[in-house]
Amino acid sequence: MRKIFDFHGGIHPPENKHQSTQGGIESIALPKELIIPLNQHVGAAADPVVETGQHVLKGQLIAEAHGFVSANIHAPTSGHIRAIELRTANHASGMAVLSIVLEPDGEDRWIELESCDQPETLDAQAIIAKVRAAGLAGMGGAGFPTSVKLGGKDIQTLILNAAECEPYITADDILLRHYAAEVLAGAQLLARVFPRLESILIGIEDNKPEAIASLEHALAAQPNTGNTLAIEIVVVPTKYPSGGEKQLIQLLTGKEVPSGKIPAAIGIVMQNVATARAAWRAVRYGEPLISRITTVVGKALKKQGNIEVLIGTPIAHVLSERGFRETESERVVVGGPMMGWAIEDTLAPVVKATNCLLLPSKEELPAAPPEQACIRCGLCAEACPAELLPQQLYWYARAEDQEKLRAYNIFDCIECGACSYVCPSSIPLVQYYRAAKGTIRQAEKDKRKSDQARLRFEARQERIAKAEAEKEAKRLERKKAAEEAKRKLAEKQAAEKSASAYSATESAKDSTKDSAKKDAGEPDMKAIKSEMVKEALAAAAAKKSAQQDDSSEAEKELKRLQRGLSSAESRLERARATLLKNQEEGADATRLDTLAARVKEAEQKVNDARKKLEAAQ
Amino acid sequence: MSLMRPSSPHTHSASSISSTSSVMRTVVLATLPGLIALTHFFGVGSILNLLLAIIFCLGFETLALKLRKKPVLFYLGDYSALVTAILLALAVPPYAPWWLIATGSFFAIVVAKHLYGGLGFNPFNPAMVGYVVLLISFPVEMTQWRIPAIEGLGYLPLLDSLNAIFAGAHLDGFTSATPLDAIKHNQGLTVEDLYATHSAFQSAKIAGTGWEWVNIGFLVGGLYLLYQKVFTWHAPVGMLAALFILPVFFYDGGSSASAGSPFFHLFSGATMLGAFFIITDPVTSATSTLGRLIYGAAIGALVFIIRVWGNYPDAVAFAVLLMNFAAPFIDYYTVPRTYGHERAQSALRKEDEH
Amino acid sequence: MIDILLQHPFISALVALGLLAGTFGAVLGFASVKFKVEGDPLVDQIDELLPQTQCGQCGHPGCRPYAQGIVNGEAINKCPPGGQATINALADLLDVEAPSLDEEHGQEDIKKVAFIREDECIGCTKCIQACPVDAILGAAKQMHTVIAAECTGCDLCVEPCPVDCIDMIPVESTLSDWHWELPNPAQIIATDRQNQEESQAA
Repeated sequence: MRKIFDFHGGIHPPENKHQSTQGGIESIALPKELIIPLNQHVGAAADPVVETGQHVLKGQLIAEAHGFVSANIHAPTSGHIRAIELRTANHASGMAVLSIVLEPDGEDRWIELESCDQPETLDAQAIIAKVRAAGLAGMGGAGFPTSVKLGGKDIQTLILNAAECEPYITADDILLRHYAAEVLAGAQLLARVFPRLESILIGIEDNKPEAIASLEHALAAQPNTGNTLAIEIVVVPTKYPSGGEKQLIQLLTGKEVPSGKIPAAIGIVMQNVATARAAWRAVRYGEPLISRITTVVGKALKKQGNIEVLIGTPIAHVLSERGFRETESERVVVGGPMMGWAIEDTLAPVVKATNCLLLPSKEELPAAPPEQACIRCGLCAEACPAELLPQQLYWYARAEDQEKLRAYNIFDCIECGACSYVCPSSIPLVQYYRAAKGTIRQAEKDKRKSDQARLRFEARQERIAKAEAEKEAKRLERKKAAEEAKRKLAEKQAAEKSASAYSATESAKDSTKDSAKKDAGEPDMKAIKSEMVKEALAAAAAKKSAQQDDSSEAEKELKRLQRGLSSAESRLERARATLLKNQEEGADATRLDTLAARVKEAEQKVNDARKKLEAAQ
Repeated sequence: MSLMRPSSPHTHSASSISSTSSVMRTVVLATLPGLIALTHFFGVGSILNLLLAIIFCLGFETLALKLRKKPVLFYLGDYSALVTAILLALAVPPYAPWWLIATGSFFAIVVAKHLYGGLGFNPFNPAMVGYVVLLISFPVEMTQWRIPAIEGLGYLPLLDSLNAIFAGAHLDGFTSATPLDAIKHNQGLTVEDLYATHSAFQSAKIAGTGWEWVNIGFLVGGLYLLYQKVFTWHAPVGMLAALFILPVFFYDGGSSASAGSPFFHLFSGATMLGAFFIITDPVTSATSTLGRLIYGAAIGALVFIIRVWGNYPDAVAFAVLLMNFAAPFIDYYTVPRTYGHERAQSALRKEDEH
Repeated sequence: MIDILLQHPFISALVALGLLAGTFGAVLGFASVKFKVEGDPLVDQIDELLPQTQCGQCGHPGCRPYAQGIVNGEAINKCPPGGQATINALADLLDVEAPSLDEEHGQEDIKKVAFIREDECIGCTKCIQACPVDAILGAAKQMHTVIAAECTGCDLCVEPCPVDCIDMIPVESTLSDWHWELPNPAQIIATDRQNQEESQAA
């Protein structure tokens, strides 16, 4: 029997699991349209490979992973691509993201899938490639692309996470009750990716006896081929957040993931059980990830339970299928009550990581009472699974003291919500931490950017200084050369002079005419030169005086303004022409708007220029 | 439909201590055994104290909230002023004149709490600030403890009580030295003889007539709070352990120079009231559990030191205020080791050191 | 010697004080050498806090000159791109009261980057010369373009453009930028009225 460790803190909120485990895995009607966001996880958005109007088959690739941390996206059913546009994301921000909108044709016709009858013959690279091709992303809540996690080199332990510690959520529970064998097959498959693997563990909370029994049954029935590792089912006590990656690792191995690192740093990889099953289906049957089991629960619904939902199904559609009574609810929560986020727009779609839709009635999960003063009671510190001091973090988050927040390890907070849950003053602690983390990250980003800008600015200054220096050096060189030339000239002249003087004395008597000619010649040259200099000086002076001269300046100004006016007018012409052209071509509204704005702007400028000109005249 | 978009978690604890106000209510309830013991031995004085303190404290609280333009009912609803009132009333000698309580309440609520920003922002325990201001300003009134009723004197009639409280009638004949005074000013008697002869120890087994029962009362209340998980055991255990261990070294075999036995210190004066109701005030104490253990132990040690070598017979209030000063300092050095970190770090760590 | 000291308390006092002065002086001298603080000069520290847009709205040709200006006693509220956050940080560093932004130098605005409408660009390179961080690519008579990631949004390229083809467009926030705000105080500060309503409802 494996020793089960404990993690610090934790809470025992009401489990509320029974509501959704009564039925099996149900299905709902196809929605009118599916909205498939191009980015459903951390990392880069996928690039669409289909066009508006195109017909696609179920399982057909519609967007391709962009870069390493990214996942493929497939059509959840057959139908027509209606648009690739911004749609509300399934995200706490309520922002819009680029999504593919698919209108189902109702035939639900599969594309031909590439199945593999003997997955045990595949090597690690082939398995990873198939998992990547199927667009797998973590189905436990975070939605991290699965293939990235399979790249770890030195992994000794593979853990399948079936803890499902959040209240209300039973998606994994139900999955295990029905597909335990596929989950185990998936585990064995994933295990083969890691050459140095020593153990495969499945961590599950003790409040899911049916799932545990199903797993054990499947394990007993699993053919033992001898060359595979044994899978160990580890039952852990029910305590939130035992399903947190770091907490489950601590529970099962006693090890801690070093701060700021991923589990692979200590030789562990964790996958959700649903992901393991999806991996099996991807490799064995070539099925891409296009649907998932989602718990739809809450007293504001007529019918609660687990549903197999197509990725991209608008939440509103799921709710209407389940008889959602709007008047009884004041929030729609995606995920569980501890870590889920409330959304405003129910047209947001179900994505790969959506394990639960929680529609509590107002009595079931009442809104938090108003925040009272923190009395530093320390209940939060007792509940914190990361052994932080939430009351200090709260203090410094309020004060926006980023240095202290770091000193108190705010980035080790997993946002599990245990502190807010126990807080007697009902302070929304997690929101404080999220805001503080966001601000710190933003500040870091800004800092990086400003450092970069500083570097570039300094480099530019340096470059300009260098150019100036070079110019200066050249100027000096020229000056020197000129001086040199002058000196040489003077020397030459001196030599000539002395020579001529010599010759003059020699032939003083007989060549007076010649020497007179020569003497006259020299001053002639000089006179011309000095004349030229004088002229140049005069021109320069004239230029200077002209510049200083008000009247000529005003004239120039006038000319400048006229030029400005004419150019503004021509710009206006151009802008109008473009607008017209676009209108004729029927460009979209935003483009037209910007163009119209530009015309307005140009008109404004023309008016300005005109006014200026008038004022100057 | 207007949907809200609050941050997770969307659910909150619904246990017995689910809100700050119910924490405070539990604390109020837990003072009952001690209050009953006080009343049993010292008469209705404590209850009258309590009524006065409640009136004054809530009055000052309302006034302060009004002046600070805060919603009065909402903040009164956290019961913190009530707890302050009760603690102050229990610490002040019974039959204290009304103005003593009024002054104490003013300093506790207005100065120590609201001038610092209200509940949660006060660095010092409000009740103890009020108490210490009174003790320093009015030492005579603050050390007049009535002779416990068990010594044959009977209770003070209600009329006399009211007289003492509101008209300032003197109770000289009815007051006596407390056991702590007796030990402090003991000259030449062994502890055994002192217990046998001094009036403060009549029919007492450990720590003086009446006092031991008062302390047991608060101990019971404190254990109830511990059971209710209102606070952790760290601070009280730290304080009581220190207050138990130190006298072991200074008991001196019960000689005339003895500082009193460990049990004497545990069950006399305001030990139990302090250990369970005052140092457990989370606002002004250290934050982490280790910090609270250190904080409690330091208070215990200070209490003993001041009791034995200081000028005042009891010292819980001074010790608590001194350690209130030190609480942030303790916090800096007792940050627990966070998950995934090799070792605990001091919160004073500079950015570039990690 | 000791006799003299004993007989003349004045002299002994002088000697004692002298000795003390000497000892403490030596200790202080040693400490100043041993524990010398190798800190950034103040200009660097201030420059660190400035947003490095190099926009010149403060009246200096860049952030560092302004940092130098602050060291020389200039006001710290002349930086609109940094806004109140920068002013607060500067006030914190210099241990002075944080003033509000001096509106003379501009108003705090959302983050923007320059964008060249490329079909209108005539390739005059004037914006390239104006850009303080070399964030514009292009050559004479060739189309220019802005490297958005490097643009600080300083606005300096807009003015020189002879054909006005440069727009300052707001930086759009994305999902990865988005983060929660601190709880809204209006939301969490309870009032009696609310309380009463609730109790009536209940």
